[in-house]
Amino acid sequence: MPTNSVITDIQQVTIRFSGDSGDGMQLSGTLFSTLSAIFGNEIATFPDFPAEIRAPQGSLHGVSGFQVRIGAKDVYNSGDKTDVLVAMNPAALKMNAQFLKRESIVLYDTDSFQKKDLDKALYATQDPFAELKLEHVQPVGVSITSLTKASLEGSGLENKDMLRCKNMFALGIVCWLFNRPLEIADMLLQQKFAKKPLLVQANIKAMSDGYNYGNNIHLTASTYRIEPIEGSKGFYTDVNGNTATAYGLIAAAEKAGLQLFLGSYPITPATDILQELSKRKDFGVKALQMEDEIAGITSSIGASFAGCLAATSTSGPGLALKTEALGLAVMTELPLVVIDVQRSGPSTGMPTKSEQTDLNQALYGRNGESPLVVMAAASPTDCFESAFEASKIALEHMTPVVLLTDGYIANGSSAWRIPDMKDYPEIKPPYVEKYYKGDPEGWRPYVRDEESLVRYWGVPGTPGFMHRIGGLEKDKLTGVISSNPENHQYMVDTRRKKIEKIADFIPEQKVVGDKDADTLIVGWGGTYGHLLEAMLRIQTTGRKVAFAHFRHISPLPKNTHDLLKKYKRVIVAEQNDGQFAAYLTGRFEDLGNIRRFNRVEGQPFKVSELVEEFTKMMEAK
Amino acid sequence: MEATEIKYQKYLPKDYKSENAVRWCPGCGDYAILTCLHKAMAELNLEPHQTAVISGIGCSSRLPYYMNTYGFHSIHGRAAAIATGVKVANPDLSVWVATGDGDSLAIGGNHFIHAVRRNVDINVILFNNKIYGLTKGQYSPTSARGFVSKSSPYGTVEDPFRPAELTFGARGTFFARAIDVDMKNQVDVMVEAARHKGTAVIEVLQNCVIFNDGIHNKISDRTWKADNTVVLKHGEKMIFGKDSEKGLVLDGWNLKAVTIGEEGYTLDDVLVHDAAAKDSTLQLKLALMDTGDGLPVALGVIRNVDAPSYDGDYQQQIKEVQQKSPKKSFTEFLLSSSNVWEVK
Repeated sequence: MPTNSVITDIQQVTIRFSGDSGDGMQLSGTLFSTLSAIFGNEIATFPDFPAEIRAPQGSLHGVSGFQVRIGAKDVYNSGDKTDVLVAMNPAALKMNAQFLKRESIVLYDTDSFQKKDLDKALYATQDPFAELKLEHVQPVGVSITSLTKASLEGSGLENKDMLRCKNMFALGIVCWLFNRPLEIADMLLQQKFAKKPLLVQANIKAMSDGYNYGNNIHLTASTYRIEPIEGSKGFYTDVNGNTATAYGLIAAAEKAGLQLFLGSYPITPATDILQELSKRKDFGVKALQMEDEIAGITSSIGASFAGCLAATSTSGPGLALKTEALGLAVMTELPLVVIDVQRSGPSTGMPTKSEQTDLNQALYGRNGESPLVVMAAASPTDCFESAFEASKIALEHMTPVVLLTDGYIANGSSAWRIPDMKDYPEIKPPYVEKYYKGDPEGWRPYVRDEESLVRYWGVPGTPGFMHRIGGLEKDKLTGVISSNPENHQYMVDTRRKKIEKIADFIPEQKVVGDKDADTLIVGWGGTYGHLLEAMLRIQTTGRKVAFAHFRHISPLPKNTHDLLKKYKRVIVAEQNDGQFAAYLTGRFEDLGNIRRFNRVEGQPFKVSELVEEFTKMMEAK
Repeated sequence: MEATEIKYQKYLPKDYKSENAVRWCPGCGDYAILTCLHKAMAELNLEPHQTAVISGIGCSSRLPYYMNTYGFHSIHGRAAAIATGVKVANPDLSVWVATGDGDSLAIGGNHFIHAVRRNVDINVILFNNKIYGLTKGQYSPTSARGFVSKSSPYGTVEDPFRPAELTFGARGTFFARAIDVDMKNQVDVMVEAARHKGTAVIEVLQNCVIFNDGIHNKISDRTWKADNTVVLKHGEKMIFGKDSEKGLVLDGWNLKAVTIGEEGYTLDDVLVHDAAAKDSTLQLKLALMDTGDGLPVALGVIRNVDAPSYDGDYQQQIKEVQQKSPKKSFTEFLLSSSNVWEVK
C-alpha cells in the first residue's frame, strides 16, 4: 500500500484516458473501470473514439479517449468534465482541453511531448499548456515511454511490444493515485491475455512499476480514496449496453422456451450484438452474418415465421434499408425484435458518435399505415431489461418491436447485479394449437384473440394448420388476399388497435422528484443518467422539479396524457431536433405546456448545461 | 429423403393444392409449373405441414397461395434470404422458393447469389420468362440485348444474365433446366432438386402468354423441340434429335453437335454426362449451349455436386460447442463468466 502521508477521501472522480487510437486507451480505461466496479464503486463509462481504426500517429483526428466516472454512490452518467486526464501525446491534450475542470491533474508522457509531436498536433509554440490556456490545471509530466522501456528491459519482448505496454504504466500511476488494489488488475490482465503469458507478465510488470513510481517519488501531493459502496447483496458483473442487449434476448428466448435467431450485418455501433450472439452457440443461438441489412431482417422474418424468437440488430442507416421488410413484419403480424443502436446521422453521419435522431424513423419510417411497438433503453444495464421486455411484447402480441438504444449506452458500461431469471415474468406466445379454442377447421391465419386482437401463431411443422401469409392485404376472416375497401379500412384500424391495446399490458409511466413540482423534465432513451442528475442538482437549489423518463414510446403508457397535463411546463429534452416533443404534441393536441431542449452534437448531454438551461426555462414567465 | 424410398404414396398431388382459386392469366406457363410441383411433392411424399414455400414478388411469386403447405408471399427479391432464415431456424422443413427472373436476378440478385454461395438446403424454382409481367411488360435482366419492350422502345443496350452462369459463378452445387410445358422432365428435376442437399436452382423456361408470348418457342415448340434441346441425364450419353440420331462430342475445347454415323463420328464419340463432376467447366459449357451456335439447349440436371449445406454445418457447429460445454441456464452462465464479484 502507498506510504503517502496524505490520502484525501472523495465522493466521485472523472478520469479520461486519451491517446492515439493505437495507444491502448480503451483497454486502460476498461481495466480501470472494471477494477473499480469490482472494488465496490459505482461506475459509468464513455468510450469516445474516432471512426478511423488507425489515423496517422499523433494527429488530432486519431485521438481516442475513454472516460470513466467512479464514485461511492450516485454515479448516473460518465460526467461532463474530467478531474484527471491521462494524455499520451499533445494531440490528446489539445482535443481534451475543453473537458478539463479547474485544478485537473493532467498526467502526460514527456517523451511524446517533443517538438515533432507538437508539430503533428499543429501547435504553434513549444508550450502546449500555455498555448491552450491551461494555466489552471496541474500538469504532472512523467517520461512514461522511457520508464516503460526500462521496466521491461530483459522481459523478452521486442521493442515495439514493450512500447505497447506504456498504457499499463500510465494505468499503474492512476491506480496509485486512487489507491486501487492492483491484485484485481492482475487478475483481469491474466484473463485478458490468458493465452499469452509473456504479455501478462509484461503488462503486470509495467503496471506495478507505474504504481511504484508514483508512490516512490510522491508524484502528487495527495492520493485519493473513494470508499466502496454498500450495494445490495448479490453477485455482480460489469456490462456494456450491447452485451446487455444480447443477454436480454438470450434470457427472453430461455423464458419463452424458444430458439434465438439473429440475422444481422456489421454496422457501427451495433456490431457487438452480432459478435456476442455469434459466441453463444452454447445456448443454441443462431446468429447469421448475412449479405446485407435487408437480408439481416428478412432472414429474421423467415426465422420468426418458422417459430424462433427472431431479432435483427443495426444502426440508423441499416434501419433505413430494413424499412420495407419491417412493413412486411407489420403486415404479416410476426414477432420480431429490431434493435437500432442509434448513431449520428443523416446518411453515414458520425458513426462512432451518439444521438437520438432515429425516433421518427422508428415510428414512421415505412410505407402505408404500419403501426408497431417502439421502446427505448435508458442505460447500459437497462438494455437487458428492455431487450427482455421487447421480446416478450413481440412474442405475445405478434408484432415487430423496435428497440432504440444508442452508441453512448451501447459502449458505455456499468456494474450490473446478475439477475435471477426466476424473478422475471413468463413469456407465452399465442400458439394456435394451444390457445385457439374454436374448431381447427374454421381457423384462418388472421383469426384474432378478441381481447388483445392478437392473431394466433401457426408455426410450420405443426400438423393441421398449414396456411399462407404475405405482404398483400388479406380478408379479415378468411386471410385470402383482398382489395375490398371496407375490409382494408377494418384491417388498418385493427392493426392500429392491436398496438394501442398493448398499453394495457405495460406499466404506467412513473415520475420521480417533487410531488408538488410545476415543472416536469421528460426524456427517453440513453439520456436518463444525465437528466436524473440534472433534476437532482436543480432540487439542491431549492426549486421543485420532477422527472419522467419513457421506456415505452409506442404505445405510450396509459397515464401519459393525464400526467403531462398536470404540469405548468414540461421540458422535453432530447438529442435531436424535437422528435419526441413533436410526437407528444401530435398525440395530445391540447398540450400547451411543452418546452423543448435539444442538442445534436454527437456528444452526451452536459449536466451543467442542462441545469443552467432548465433553470432558465423554469424562471421564464 | 428416406420417405421417398417407401413404395406406397401417402399423398396425392391434390393434397398439396390449396382452396384458393388460381389467378394467373389463361394459358400462362405458371399453371404447368404449379401442377408439376404438386406432382413432385407427391412423388417425394413430403408432409404438407413440414413443407414451406417462400416467394418474392411477381407473377411467379403468387404460387404459395395455391399450395396446401405453409407458405409465405413476401417482398420483392427477398425470398432467398427469408428462406435461409426458415431453413436455418428449422432444418426439418422442406423449403422451396418460387421466384422469377426479375425477382431473383435483378432486385434480389444479392440474396440469390449468396444463398447459392452458402449452399443453404433450399429448392429455388426460377421462372424465367424474360419479361416483367406483373408490371405489364418491361424488359428483365434475362432479356436478350436489343429486346424491345415498353421500357426499351428502341431495344436494350445491355447484355442479359444467364442464370446458369450466375449460379456457377456463385459456386452453385445444383443447376437444372426445364421447359414449362415439358411436365415429365420438370417433375424429374424438381424431385432431384429436393433430394440434393444444398441450394438447388431449377430454371424453368416459362412462357408469358400476354407480354412475351413465344419467347421460348424455338425450344418448346414440338416442331423443333427434339432437335433444339437435349435432356441430360447423369451417366448417360448426350443424345438428342427426333430419332435420337444426334449427339454431343468434344471438338478441341468446344462442344459440337454431330449426327452419329456421319463425318466418322460413332456412338463411342458421344459424351457421357457427369453432373457430379466437381469441376464445372464442361457443365457450364453444356448449360450455355444455344441454338444460335448450332447447339441444342440443355435440359435436365446439369450439375449436382455433393457439398456441405450451410444449415447442416450450422447445426453441427452448435452440436459440437454444446458437447464441449455443459448446458447452463442463463443465470448460471452469467455467474460462471469472468469479472463476477459478490457483494455480501
